[in-house]
Amino acid sequence: MRDQDQIERVAAATQPLPVETDVSAPEVPAAIHERVLSTRQLAWRRFKRHKLAIASLSILILLGLLTLFIPLISQYNFSQLNLFRRLLGPGSAHWLGTDNLGRDEFTRVMYGGRISLLVGLSVAISAGVIGGIVGGIAGYYGGWLDNALMRVTDLFLAIPFLVVLLIGARFLDKFLPGSSLVHTILILSLFFWMPDARIVRGVFLSLKEKEFVEAARASGAKDSRIIFYHMLPNAMGPIIVNATLGVAAAILTESALSFLGFGVQPPTPTWGNLLNDARGFIKVAPGLTWFPGLAILLAVLCVNFLGDGLRDALDPHQKLGSKE
Amino acid sequence: MYRYIIRRLIFAIPILLISSVLVFAVVRSTFDPLGGAAINPRVSKADIIRVKHELGLDKSPVQQYWTWLTKFLRGNWGSSLLSDRPVYPDIQSALVNTIVLGGIATAFSLLVGVGIGVYSALRQYSWFDHFSTSVAFLGLSMPNFWFALLLQIFFGVYLTKWLHLTSPIFYTAGLSQPGSSGFNLIDRARHLVLPMLVLSVQIIAVYSRYMRASMLEVLHSDYLRTARAKGLKESRVIVRHAMRNALIPLTTQVAIDVGAIAGGLIITEAIFEYPGMGRYFVDALFRGDYQQILPWMMVAVFFVIIFNLAADILYAVLDPRIRYA
Repeated sequence: MRDQDQIERVAAATQPLPVETDVSAPEVPAAIHERVLSTRQLAWRRFKRHKLAIASLSILILLGLLTLFIPLISQYNFSQLNLFRRLLGPGSAHWLGTDNLGRDEFTRVMYGGRISLLVGLSVAISAGVIGGIVGGIAGYYGGWLDNALMRVTDLFLAIPFLVVLLIGARFLDKFLPGSSLVHTILILSLFFWMPDARIVRGVFLSLKEKEFVEAARASGAKDSRIIFYHMLPNAMGPIIVNATLGVAAAILTESALSFLGFGVQPPTPTWGNLLNDARGFIKVAPGLTWFPGLAILLAVLCVNFLGDGLRDALDPHQKLGSKE
Repeated sequence: MYRYIIRRLIFAIPILLISSVLVFAVVRSTFDPLGGAAINPRVSKADIIRVKHELGLDKSPVQQYWTWLTKFLRGNWGSSLLSDRPVYPDIQSALVNTIVLGGIATAFSLLVGVGIGVYSALRQYSWFDHFSTSVAFLGLSMPNFWFALLLQIFFGVYLTKWLHLTSPIFYTAGLSQPGSSGFNLIDRARHLVLPMLVLSVQIIAVYSRYMRASMLEVLHSDYLRTARAKGLKESRVIVRHAMRNALIPLTTQVAIDVGAIAGGLIITEAIFEYPGMGRYFVDALFRGDYQQILPWMMVAVFFVIIFNLAADILYAVLDPRIRYA
């Protein structure tokens, strides 16, 4: 019991600074020594110590559930007009008020969250897959292939990001049928894989020299088996951490694109285009500007804290500051 | 050293050429200047063919690219499709406005960011360090266009109302008061403050974290112990020995960031209706005016490539370890 307290005290002392938690291992009861913990259990234990990450995860789960079950929670539809009840302030009938067409703002923010979170997640995952493939090939095979792929990565990193996204959105609209939502996810994924590629390449470069990979190769394993069976699982930690931070970046970028009017198009609400709609009513209904913005801030902040907690748990050697 | 610089400079030319091909291909295939006319029943087929011929759109893509490139290099940047205004002076003045805004924001952020970073590193885990870490986290998680809207509400609506002013302390849009003629420094400054603040939030957050990390690394190095052992004053150890070296990685980062300014202030300029490159681009994009977008893209790409080059060269100049490696 005493040791439990101590663990919590140490965690509390390092609380406000989620990064670089250099917790010297507290005295562990003998019972734990006897049981050998798996890597996963160890990671979970380190993650639990990170109170801010736990809180963020709970908030994100709550937010996700709210956005998923909003049709059951709210009696309004996100596109249901009521011109007699325009621009109301927050109240009991409309929790966050109504917009310029009398649509319920709470419902709209939640529906918007559904789209924004969906975009964030899909972009992070598909960017992780692209980056994983590019970085994996570059790191594993090395040589001219590595050189060529890394120059391409540098090229993608160097171009003015938002400009290409804006042009790219137009490009897709012209050549690819489909909704603006799919286009936005596609175009963001196409420009989010570079950090993943660099990280995976780095991990693969160091793993390649390890004895267990040598052993696998000596016993005649094919390249694909070595990559997917032996190396990839060992690279999952950094990939997951980076993908989490990618969710935050994708949510921010999507909202910026939609805010400018080039991302997901109305009537589908997202946090970005809700803010764009609110611009005309800054004076009469400031709530319309506050709520979607606060939602973005909350979601992105939580995802960032979660990423930090995961970094401590899965990738204990890495520190912040090497984020760029 | 000089050979290195010259080699890099020569290398930049093919990169610029390849970028120009990419820019041309993507922009020309994305925007169809006669797409609107083609579905307009009042425009005759013959007219479309005539205009196409005038614009040179009936030639092969390679020919079109070559004509465009040679004209562009000679300084003939064409004129807007819709208004027929020549593009060059407009882009030039937009570029000047953007560089002024971006330059001031970068200088301000650098000053504040380096200060915060160095102080946090010197007082690691103090309340100031924790506080600045939290604020940096907040700054990085906040959508900057939302922050801009909040500033507009606060300065444009509430503060003006509370203080019973006739005009806001800091204007929320534009470059100068409508109707005013000539250059007025105070008026200009009142227009620049809010966009500068919006740009600075994220840059300060990034630079202060960056500076803190590199300062911490230097503070633990052996040569700093040597400097102290020689009996140097602490202030001299920190400023001359630690800070100078800790600034090297930041310098190259700043060079790269400055290169991105030419094409990178899109959101801020759009919100504050600031007549710079970003706003020019968004306007052109809404109209689909490829004649404006092409030279704009080339200018933006040029700045990125040149400043990336400058960053590499700066790094080699500042850090002898690179040179002899």
